[in-house]
Amino acid sequence: MKKLFTLFLAVVTLFSLCSCHGALVKDSGPEKEETPLPVPPEEFDTSRDFEITFWAKNDTNKTQVAIYEKTISDFEKIYPNISVKLRLYTDYGKIYNDVITNIATKTTPDVCITYPDHIATYLSGENIVVPLDTFINDEKYGLGGSGLRFDSPEKDEVVEKFLDEGKISGVQYALPFMRSTEALYVNKTYVEKLGFELPETVTWDFIFEVCEKAVKKDDDGIYEINGKKRMIPFIYKSTDNMMIQLLKQRNAGFSTDRGDILIFNDDCTDILLKIAKETEKGLFSTFKISGYPANLLNAGECIFAVDSTAGATWMGTDAPLIDIAKEKLVEFETVVLPVPQIDPKNPVMISQGPSVCIFNKDDPQRVLASFIFTQYLLTNEVQIAYSGTEGYLPVTNKALSSEEYTDYLSRSGEDNEKYYDIKITASKLLMDNIGKTFVTPVFNGSASLRDVAGQLIENVTKSVNRKEIVDKKYIDDLYDDMISLHRLDKTKIKNERFLSANDGIKKLPVESKALIILLCTVWLFLILYFIYETLKKRKK
Amino acid sequence: MKKILAIALALCALFVFAACTATPDNGAMTYEEYVAAELDAPVTVETYVQAKQSWWDNKATLYTQAEDGAYFIYEMPITEEEYNKLVPGTKLLVNGFKAEWSGEIEIIDAQYEILEGEFIAEAFDATDLLGKEELINHQNKFVTFKDMTVENVEYKNGEPGDDIYVTLSKDGASYDFCVEVYLTGTETEVYKAVGELTAGDIIDVEGFLYWYEGANTHITAIYNAAETETEAEAEAEVKTETDVKTETEAETETEAEANADAETEANEEDVAFGDNEFTPNW
Repeated sequence: MKKLFTLFLAVVTLFSLCSCHGALVKDSGPEKEETPLPVPPEEFDTSRDFEITFWAKNDTNKTQVAIYEKTISDFEKIYPNISVKLRLYTDYGKIYNDVITNIATKTTPDVCITYPDHIATYLSGENIVVPLDTFINDEKYGLGGSGLRFDSPEKDEVVEKFLDEGKISGVQYALPFMRSTEALYVNKTYVEKLGFELPETVTWDFIFEVCEKAVKKDDDGIYEINGKKRMIPFIYKSTDNMMIQLLKQRNAGFSTDRGDILIFNDDCTDILLKIAKETEKGLFSTFKISGYPANLLNAGECIFAVDSTAGATWMGTDAPLIDIAKEKLVEFETVVLPVPQIDPKNPVMISQGPSVCIFNKDDPQRVLASFIFTQYLLTNEVQIAYSGTEGYLPVTNKALSSEEYTDYLSRSGEDNEKYYDIKITASKLLMDNIGKTFVTPVFNGSASLRDVAGQLIENVTKSVNRKEIVDKKYIDDLYDDMISLHRLDKTKIKNERFLSANDGIKKLPVESKALIILLCTVWLFLILYFIYETLKKRKK
Repeated sequence: MKKILAIALALCALFVFAACTATPDNGAMTYEEYVAAELDAPVTVETYVQAKQSWWDNKATLYTQAEDGAYFIYEMPITEEEYNKLVPGTKLLVNGFKAEWSGEIEIIDAQYEILEGEFIAEAFDATDLLGKEELINHQNKFVTFKDMTVENVEYKNGEPGDDIYVTLSKDGASYDFCVEVYLTGTETEVYKAVGELTAGDIIDVEGFLYWYEGANTHITAIYNAAETETEAEAEAEVKTETDVKTETEAETETEAEANADAETEANEEDVAFGDNEFTPNW
């Protein structure tokens, strides 16, 4: 009996160890891709012609369109057997929607500008997006490969942080194309007129302190600061970024690599209540509610505007791109600063910008043609030209450290077109703060979670404008609405309010459940054994 | 007992009759009341679909108009099946919130109910209001502007596929117009015809008086102004003939037929400006 018991315990221990090991792997991140990564063909077939489609995004900026066209033309001269068909978009969301539609009909583009969040959704289908690791490392056609007909950057010449942003579950699914961050564009003239001095990095508190003074009206209801009937002192373009950065600055949860949802926490509630309070005072609005931040800033109807550094060419009295009538434009000094911070000594800011992915096709040679073109987008010619169209940053150290780029940055303010100072300052802002940028975890559903982050702020702001009561109950109800509207996986929500004791058990991994059952069985066996032994002794 | 029963039946009949004839109080505002409502206030209007801009993610954007004014309904939740039921003229009861985005007054977060009834607005000639403050009183209406000179035509992306920005002038002042690609699509006559315009062309335009940092009509049709003038003259002639219809009916009919033939020929010649009929991208 004792031998049998020992053997049983040994088996139990073995199972327990296996279960623990399984859980550790799970905890360390999402499951790794098990299927072998596709290997590029050994030789690119130059005897055949390939037509590849490239879906690209521009910022309603015709110079960018011209650069795409020149890039394709130059590339086709180098590779006459590859022709690239360009399709242009001005909205990432539209690209995402079209890709989703075209996955179903197997008519995805070959090469596509996109966001990693979107790729994570594409990956829910099988073999849709090409894993690029083996391609990147291929000696002949990979980054810096010997078989390429142009000067491609080596892998270690791509900014490591930006390259890592294209990894999903440890696999490289995207290459970075351009990077940007958000910036705070300030009407310095008004700030000083209100009696404040701008620090190098502003806090949220500072912003709202200035805003409170800016909404002072005269007896006729005219704002004293601008002499107009309208003043929205602080406007935010991308409210998803606003929430994500605020949570990061508070060290609060948003999501995890394995797809757990942490956003519905006390910090988020507190942020929303604060936004409600400032909105009620008429200090804050958003792009979706009121319009483009640049238009309001340029019309003197706003003092602080947060928008992408890739929108810098629209900001300021002398901006090369203006979208309001000349008579509405006001004269003011524009300053570009990092986004508002909670702790200005330790600023953090989002990293964003277009990445490129390749969609799978039956013909491996066509996929290789797509990869060769994708790499061409990383050459200095394309990187430096495109980054100069907006406040973008090239993604390769090769471009960043080139003489041409250094010269470009040094000529800030020489004119209001190519060397527009606001645009170049915006690029430098990111360049000086690469180490302080972050991205949110990418998983299937992360795009929806990002939408939730923004919609929380939009809904709160709208509700305050509609004189609804925004309190903790309102926000709890809003969380429930968001979960249902965006069909978030409830088992992935790890905020206390959504975890009942039962849910906790239900959410355990299979291995853990097996371990608990096994331990219970062991205890039961031990008790039975103890009773058996006691009874046996009594009988004796 | 019989008397009481008779009285009760009579009362019931009266109530039923009253219920059937009374106008249901659905809380709908007049356009004047809508204009007077504050931004962010809840609003309810009875209006008629004039054109559908887009449907995506179970939300539709619509140009609508009633006899007293027009309403832009932005991203109204609706299923695709229901959206397909909406055609120009469909009557809707819309509940939502009044909002302003870059100058455009719209109804957002709306709910709707399809009602019995139909109304298609005729284009309101707003030419004389160009550059005047009163123009905003006609915001979102189906309008026409006559004898406009083309100054500039520019694709948003630098090439066909997206919106087309059009600058037209009248009496030396320039005005912004747009071919909104979600409204027209890229394969329509109007999209192609606008893309072919060159500076100096004289056109009449029709569209919805949208607002973006100022008037920014979303074009739905363009006409060769010279030709429209000829047609108008022809119509005037018909009118004159009609006046004498009682005297020489048979003769007038012959004239009318002749005018119709002339109009057909004129349309056939009008290749550069499309078929003069806007085909919505439903």
